[in-house]
Amino acid sequence: MESGEAAVVKRKSRSTRVTAETMAAKQKDISVSEFFAKNRHLLGFDNPRKALLTTVKEAVDNSLDACEEAQILPNITVVIEDLQPDRPANAKQSRYRVTVVDNGPGIVRKQVENVFGRLLFGSKFHRLKMSRGQQGIGISAAGMYGLITTGKPMVIHTRPNPKEPAHHIELAMNTKTNRAEVTHDKPTRDFPPERLRTIGAAAQDADFLHPENFETGTSVSIELEGRYQKGRGSVDEFLDLVAIANPHARIAFIPPSRVAADEQEELPLPRAMRPGTEKDAKAAAPTADEVEATPQGVDPTIQTIEKNGLIVFPRGTEQLPPETKEIQPHPRGIELGILIQMMKDFEQSNKRGGTLYNFLQEQFSRVSPGKASEFCKAIGVTSRTRVADLEPPQIEALFKQFQEAKLPPPPTDCLAPIGVRQLLAGLLKGVKAEFYAASSREPDVYRGRPFQIEAAIAFGGELPADDSARVIRYANRVPLLFQQSACSSFKAVTETGWRNYNLSQPRGSLPVGPLVIMIHMASVWVPFTSESKEAIADYDEIRKEMKLALMECGRKLGTYLRKRQRMQREAARRDVFERYIGEISQAVNAINGKWKTKELYEALLKEAKKRTAVADARLDEEGKTIKQDEAEELKKDEGVVLIESRAAHLAPVETEAKAEEPKTGKPGKKSKKKTSDEDGLF
Amino acid sequence: MAKAKTSSRSNARIKARDKETLNKIVVLADDVASAAFKKRDIRLDIPTRTRSNTIWNKRRGILEMGDATAERELFNLNQAKQFMQTMLHASTIKDLIDAEKSSSLRGVFYKAKHTVSGTKENTFDTQDESDPILEDLEVTLGALREELHIFADNRGALVGNITIVDKGDEINCRRMGSGGYAIPSIVEPDVIEFKKCDAEFVLHVEKGTVWNRFNEDRFWENNNCILTHGGGQPPRGVRRLLQRFNQELKLPVICLLDCDPWGHYIYSVIKQGSISLAFESSRLAIPDAKFLGIRAKDYTECDLDERVKIDLGDNDKKRATEIAAYPWFKDHKGWQKEIDRMMSNGFKMEVESLITKDISYVTEEYVPQRLKKKDWLD
Repeated sequence: MESGEAAVVKRKSRSTRVTAETMAAKQKDISVSEFFAKNRHLLGFDNPRKALLTTVKEAVDNSLDACEEAQILPNITVVIEDLQPDRPANAKQSRYRVTVVDNGPGIVRKQVENVFGRLLFGSKFHRLKMSRGQQGIGISAAGMYGLITTGKPMVIHTRPNPKEPAHHIELAMNTKTNRAEVTHDKPTRDFPPERLRTIGAAAQDADFLHPENFETGTSVSIELEGRYQKGRGSVDEFLDLVAIANPHARIAFIPPSRVAADEQEELPLPRAMRPGTEKDAKAAAPTADEVEATPQGVDPTIQTIEKNGLIVFPRGTEQLPPETKEIQPHPRGIELGILIQMMKDFEQSNKRGGTLYNFLQEQFSRVSPGKASEFCKAIGVTSRTRVADLEPPQIEALFKQFQEAKLPPPPTDCLAPIGVRQLLAGLLKGVKAEFYAASSREPDVYRGRPFQIEAAIAFGGELPADDSARVIRYANRVPLLFQQSACSSFKAVTETGWRNYNLSQPRGSLPVGPLVIMIHMASVWVPFTSESKEAIADYDEIRKEMKLALMECGRKLGTYLRKRQRMQREAARRDVFERYIGEISQAVNAINGKWKTKELYEALLKEAKKRTAVADARLDEEGKTIKQDEAEELKKDEGVVLIESRAAHLAPVETEAKAEEPKTGKPGKKSKKKTSDEDGLF
Repeated sequence: MAKAKTSSRSNARIKARDKETLNKIVVLADDVASAAFKKRDIRLDIPTRTRSNTIWNKRRGILEMGDATAERELFNLNQAKQFMQTMLHASTIKDLIDAEKSSSLRGVFYKAKHTVSGTKENTFDTQDESDPILEDLEVTLGALREELHIFADNRGALVGNITIVDKGDEINCRRMGSGGYAIPSIVEPDVIEFKKCDAEFVLHVEKGTVWNRFNEDRFWENNNCILTHGGGQPPRGVRRLLQRFNQELKLPVICLLDCDPWGHYIYSVIKQGSISLAFESSRLAIPDAKFLGIRAKDYTECDLDERVKIDLGDNDKKRATEIAAYPWFKDHKGWQKEIDRMMSNGFKMEVESLITKDISYVTEEYVPQRLKKKDWLD
């Protein structure tokens, strides 16, 4: 388009001169919506596959945010309908209808257009409060994408008041005006929409979207061109990961009836990460006895279930994340331009003329009365000086003072970390491993914004042993699925010395082994590298905290692995004895029949067991005394879960027995030249 | 008549000997079993066949085995497998004795080789694992290999002015053609008897190729001797036979070996016995065996040319120094001089290299001259 326009201009230039005036006639406002319609990759709509995922993601994020803000335990249903089930087998994309239903507080009628039909409209942008959404782009962009690709408006059912009927609204966004046009607006009793309960066998379940569970709530349907596949970067993976980081949410999912034709790009998920069928889940779920150690409040028996094409991620805990507080910016995190803007805003809201002292006190966190006076003095004004009277050099001096001043870090009650127990509950639900460890760091600050890092790892079990570790990343409980290597968390993982914890790690890469690493960053403002929110920007403070959290988990894993190695060695040793004593019993019996093979075998076996137990209780691989407490402490640690039944079956370690060269009394040196069959040589 | 008589006598002797060996094996098994039931340490005490457990008996001029033993425990990760192998071979040998058959070292290896039940591991992977275990059993049971009904490959050959009886078959060693009589692994009196010997000495050469030269030139006939070779380091059968010639027939044993540390060591083994078989030295060692050549001085004395030289490698030098330090060589001026000379020459020489003078130089000039002059080391 742009190059076309340029060409037109060029042709015209031969006949009519382009003047500043004619150019000015073409210069006009660009609506935000128009800008993003052209640059949809910035918002995560690069290709049909990602578009489908982003649509689900934005809707689910909004639902979770809304439920939590209203202190409702989220119950979210995602339905993806394939609208062209009869398309040719080789079609790479199809038309889908994505519907997300929640039991949140609903949206009042007059805000519906703004929330769903307008880009950069939202409650979350102007505040410093931890939430999933930040910019107010997401769901409107999804609706816009749907409209562009299918021409169909967004369909919204919302019931903010349990006593009144729900609103049924259909919205089409006008990209020129950045406003939504309402094409349908009627009250309805049909909430959640009855239609959803008629889709396939999955929806026949009596509990599925039962109106009783939806006093209030919102349902959003968007039709779009998309492509449904499984594997990495799929809707399935996304929901899996959401369930891990949000154990307080119940999520149900009906995938489309068929996947896209071309599955070459599909990157299969490790088996341990796929939801099992109901039967599987029962078999895989460890019984209470098998669980070696779990902290309180973590139920390892809750598993993802798939039944009749309905995938349910059950709720792992009834505990809502604590409500977070909104905070004022911290002086150290502010930029000069923002400071000037804040001052202008302050002038306007205080018609009588606000003083600098009041400005500092009211608009910032952690500025005590004493500090405020100090700032005024430092830039050569009094505390009664009005903000409007400050000269630009003085503002700059103030900004400089901000950077140098000794201030307490920002308050951290604005953060709601997932918490060690919930992290474990989430991982247990989603990953079939044998060892889980989690750690939660104390809050810290980057650019004046508080943040908190949490990490968890799952090891062993059904995870693939020869692959690189899988890193799952979260920002404010939202999984990040793309641009892994650009993410600060990925760098933190590669910079952590996993070899110290008995894992192999090629230089500068991910560790290799049956390992899932989970990193969560909670912050009032997560610094993403782009609007599509795929990777966390690499601030030193953030990366450092991530590494510390990983190291804490790593140490626990190291302790466990050492213990496991010991167990393996013990088993291998006993195995060596056991396998030989059978032969020995037979040989002795063959020499003198008075010794019965079976009796002798049992006597030797008893002795073998006794020997290994005694030897292992005392010494480890380096011959050092084993710290029994170390392993015991691990069991008491509330950041650790152990499921012994999933521990790799202690297969005999062949190498141990073989590594020992046969050493007989024969002298060592042997000439290379002429070896004799007969005589040992020097 | 005579033949039948000897064999019935030796049969009776064999039976008695087998019974004794069997008893020793049963005692070994009983010890293991009762230790298991009485919860004592389950182990075998195996005399060590190492340098440190070898004693140089200066008076007798032979190497003898000391009293040191090494424990082989079942409940020790490093020894468990060998313990099992030892017991397996003990049982294998019992089978052999019961069946009145004997087997080669390799045969025994195959007989005891199988997969350990319930695993993929073999009881023995290679014969190299099996042979030392049999030697361990020899020393542990205090029984000779032939008493365990085990023999090695035949190696080495004999030709010369003697008639022997091998398991009742009379063999005239003067009529052996070009191949010679293959010296069996077991040459004890109950297998081989000496009948008519005209020879005055034994010439032992290192390898078959040299032996062929001497046989083709009818050296043994012209010089009235017995001619043997051992295919490099002589096996036990050859050494025992040489020793019997020396002890029973009072024939001097004269060795013609290469001028290199390997040749010197072969001589040392023939003369004093070897470390790993120190327990058999009294049966194998020939303390008055002589070393005729090749001597380090021969390069100049025989006026040899450059072609005969083979450089001494680092390994050779190291080995030569070791040999020079053996107690039985250390105080022997002749040997110290010999090894010094070789070292200062900086090269070694093989017997075959004398062919550079003339094809039959070694049989017609070199050996006869040295014998005449009694120019040898002992």
